[in-house]
Formats: sequence, C-alpha cells, structure tokens
Amino acid sequence: MTMWMDDEAGPLVRPYALTRGRTRSASGETLDLIAMVSAVGDPPGGLGPEQLAILRAARSPISVADVAVELDLPVGVVRVLLSDLHDHGLISVTAPNAAGPRPSERLLKEVINGLRAL
Amino acid sequence: MDSELSDDPVALKILIAGGFGVGKTTLVGSISEIKPLRTEEVLSDIGIGVDDLDGVEKKTTTTVAMDFGRITIREGLVVYLFGTPGQERFWFMWDELSHGALGAVVIADTRRLTDCFPSVDYFEQRGTPFVVAVNCFDGASRHSVEDVRIALDLDDDVPVLLCDVRRRASAKEVMVSLVEHSLRTLTAAG
Repeated sequence: MTMWMDDEAGPLVRPYALTRGRTRSASGETLDLIAMVSAVGDPPGGLGPEQLAILRAARSPISVADVAVELDLPVGVVRVLLSDLHDHGLISVTAPNAAGPRPSERLLKEVINGLRAL
Repeated sequence: MDSELSDDPVALKILIAGGFGVGKTTLVGSISEIKPLRTEEVLSDIGIGVDDLDGVEKKTTTTVAMDFGRITIREGLVVYLFGTPGQERFWFMWDELSHGALGAVVIADTRRLTDCFPSVDYFEQRGTPFVVAVNCFDGASRHSVEDVRIALDLDDDVPVLLCDVRRRASAKEVMVSLVEHSLRTLTAAG
C-alpha cells in the first residue's frame, strides 16, 4: 500500500499526507495502543485504500498496535485514521481496561502458566 | 471479573525499559512471536533523534521508533511488549505507554548502571510494578544481584535477576518473574 522507492527516499506518499496533515483526530481522542478495534457493518463507498485496509484487518478484533504493523504505517497515522472510522461509526473500540481497572488474579496466573509453556 | 470470562479479547501491556543500547530490542526479539517490529511514531514538533546506534547524526526526519512484540497466551489473551524510547526527551511517550501497563522490565548493564536510574525512578514514582533484569554481556564483569540491588537502592520486594536477553529461556524467565511480581503487588493491594 505504501510504495517505497528506497530507504533513503522514504515512502512515496509521506505518512501524514494520508491524514491530510493531521496528527490528531477531530474528536481529539487518543486511542490506546492496545485498544481493540473491530469493523462494524459494511464499508460505504468513497473510502481510501488505507481505510479499507484497516476495515479488512479489523474484521475480527485487532489491537491498534497490530493495525499499525499490518498496514506498515506509523502508529500516529493509524490512530488518526482509526478515529475517523470510529467517528463515522465504522469501527467499534474496546478500551483495554474495559474488563476492569486491573487484571484479575486468575488471568495473571493464566499468563504466568502460558509464558512458562512457551 | 466476570467480563473476562466472556469472549472479549484481553490485551495486556508490558514495557521494556533501560538505557540506550542495553538490549531492549534483543529482549523483545527473543520472546516475541513476531519479528521485533519497530513501530515508528512520527512526531509533529520534535527534532531529530532515534534510539539507534548508527546514523543518528544524519537523521533529519522527526521519528522515534518503538519496539513492539506480541505473545499470544491463548486465543483472546495476548501480551504486548513495548520497548520504551531510550532518550529522556521522549518521556512524554512513556506516560501513555505506561498507562494501564501490567508492569515493566528494566534492563541494566552493570558497565553503565547509571543508565537505568531514570527508568527505575520513573516506575517507582508511578507505582508500576517492575523487575530489574541484569543483562550479562559477554566479557562484562558479573556483579551479584545483591550489589545491583544496593547500587540501585531498590525496595526489597523488587525482583533482580541476571539474564542473557539473547536467550529465549532467559527472556521467558524475566517475563514470568515480572508477571509473578505484578500478581503479588496486585494481591497485596487487595
């Protein structure tokens, strides 16, 4: 999606051109790196290739950081694009602490066992 | 927490901190299921500087790289690793990164132990559970865990362990130690 000439030249389209120069979304919200996003409904016409790629990546819940990795775009750019999609009701966002302010003992024990089993 | 029993995916965040060139990227790479990605954060009003060993003087773009890794415990339970930018002027990014973090690993190099003082101070002040992982570089004189604890003036309950960040087993041990420490902190807090 982002065409590169070479590392020296950088991407043909500068990353923030995709956000029309914005470093923040209109609503000013900053999505947490590990907030989970999911596509909602069918995408309307008129979306750009990056927006469509995000909606494809978010067909099942995916973290904001993983979206940045999938699209190979800076997190700052992805956040603005995601906020736009959120403002238009095309994605849902689940904040990372929606399950409670702190993870439960049971969950942490599961993580410890999972790490040991790696 | 009942909501954790539902299908909602749970994402946890662990930070990897420490001085410049201490092995943050290597640690993430040793344990992450994906290649250690350097997710670039482009900043609108900050000058030069990336946490990199070469080419710093040539760099004119306004970017800062964050190491990013992922460990899937099971479907719907994922641990994300974020390497914090090493330079102090990027600390505004730390506040966001450490928000809601399960804990942090501070990597220390005994040849330049002072490099990790700011990280230790930061997590102590924020009350973020952390462990100190002393990276045993080849040829680095080995200090005892106790020496490091004294030098860093750590509380007795902060785990300090020797590690080799290049080895997966060692990286695993560090992560387990951190989550166990977070669990103890959580339990102690009630």
